[in-house]
Amino acid sequence: MKAVGQIFGHAAALGCALGLAACKQPPASRYTFDAGLRDMGRHVIERAGCAACHEIPGIDWPEGRTGPSLAGFDGVGPIAGYLPNTPANLARFVRNAPAAKPGSTMPAMPISSEEAHAVAAYLYGIDDD
Amino acid sequence: MIEALWGWPPPVFDPAGPYAESVTTLAWVLLGMGVAVTAIVVAALWVALRGPDALKRKLGGERTVWIGGVAFPGVVLTALLVWGLALTASLTADITGDEMRVRVTGEMWWFRVEYLDDDGNVLVADANELHLPVGEPVVLELQSADVIHSFWVPHLSGKKDMIPGRTTLLRVQADRPGRFGGVCAEYCGGPHALMGFVAIAHGQDDFRQWLAGKARRQAASAPGGGAGRRQFMDSGCAACHRVAGTPANGLAGPDLTHVGSRQTLGAGILPNNRGTLIGWIGDSQSIKPGNRMPSYDMLSAEELEDIAIWLEQQK
Ligand code: HEC
Ligand code: HEC
Ligand SMILES: [Cu+2]
Repeated sequence: MKAVGQIFGHAAALGCALGLAACKQPPASRYTFDAGLRDMGRHVIERAGCAACHEIPGIDWPEGRTGPSLAGFDGVGPIAGYLPNTPANLARFVRNAPAAKPGSTMPAMPISSEEAHAVAAYLYGIDDD
Repeated sequence: MIEALWGWPPPVFDPAGPYAESVTTLAWVLLGMGVAVTAIVVAALWVALRGPDALKRKLGGERTVWIGGVAFPGVVLTALLVWGLALTASLTADITGDEMRVRVTGEMWWFRVEYLDDDGNVLVADANELHLPVGEPVVLELQSADVIHSFWVPHLSGKKDMIPGRTTLLRVQADRPGRFGGVCAEYCGGPHALMGFVAIAHGQDDFRQWLAGKARRQAASAPGGGAGRRQFMDSGCAACHRVAGTPANGLAGPDLTHVGSRQTLGAGILPNNRGTLIGWIGDSQSIKPGNRMPSYDMLSAEELEDIAIWLEQQK
């Protein structure tokens, strides 16, 4: 595990050195989106009921536990431990997880791809640490 | 989260039918009276503190106390009471012709909904949702299975208690198609705040078709099969839930015969889609803490999804 983490860490450092977009750049969140898009994302999350399975910062209720908590999601590594953490991948994942990550146990959700981008904007904007 | 409390103007001031309209009229009149009385009190306070001596003497006189303190409130409040009761009497009027009848039973913490024929037999059993035709009065026969609840869809009518051992009547009517939120308006323990309801008004032909379709389904066998149906029966769901046309005949939880076509889950609180179905079944206790369905976190994600896929087909 440790070795894998190290390799990943080196790779990430190398990526950052090369100026790739997908790197963590503390302390600011890694992507910034306009407030309108994030607001729309929040509405989509409420309408689709994502919180039936996830605790999501900024959504008071519900705090479902069938899926992992999304607290601290702005600082997470690969999406669902698998996909490179980019806005395009995140949008793909939240809309149709089993297609984005074969075998994922999160079901496809009834949102359009435009709505999925707004959802991604909201999730990247989570700032709870 | 509960629709009845959303939106602007507040639903009480946005009536969608004649019964709610009388409640709205009453609400405006009471608001107006409240404002007027407040203004009088503030004026009297001003006189008492800053006013000229002559007025102050009058304000402190016996006459003012008799008129302002006894006669005025006595007459106004009695008149308001009589008028208010007359205005809202139609809300609880008995069945007079061939109005549609629906029995709604408050349960901790959801609503059982049964569409009745003229003889009182159940035509269609459903939950947490009332469909009604536009422009026709519907008589709700309100009951409770446990404690006192109160039925309230502010767009459509007044509030009426659901009392164990009694049937209370409440008329509702929608004059425009749409979706109207409701709530339980009497604290009934535990997750009372998450006990909601939706009413959906359709055009009359639309509604007749809807009802006939549901009635047909109640007499037929359940669609779909395979892993989900097997898992549902094997997991003990059938002990609490009924699905018409299967051995599942439990009555402790909402009837699931039409769950796939319901707009919400968990008594008006969650949207209804595959994800929320899985989330509810997998861990309803984290969504609606204290509700009477156990969390099925011992089932695998695949088993949960199979059940959800089968339930989605129950329309
Ligand atoms: C049925 C429950 C369920 C619903 C509903 C659901 N998810 Fe998930 N979600 C999961 C599960 C389970 C996982 C873990 C999936 C995996 O590892 O492949 C997950 C993973 C995620 C992740 C990755 C978390 C991480 O730490 O990398 C994100 C982001 C996410 N979900 C967002 C959403 C959004 C947005 C919605 C609504 C559109 C949603 N989820 C609806 C169950 C659900
Ligand atoms: C001990 C009784 C009990 C068992 C067993 C049970 N349930 Fe429930 N279920 C309930 C109750 C009670 C509710 C209503 C909860 C509320 O809204 O307060 C409910 C609600 C539901 C709902 C939401 C219905 C709606 O319209 O809001 C679904 C779906 C559901 N159950 C599915 C299942 C499945 C699938 C199983 C088996 C894996 C199951 N239930 C086992 C009692 C039970
Ligand atoms: Cu209640």
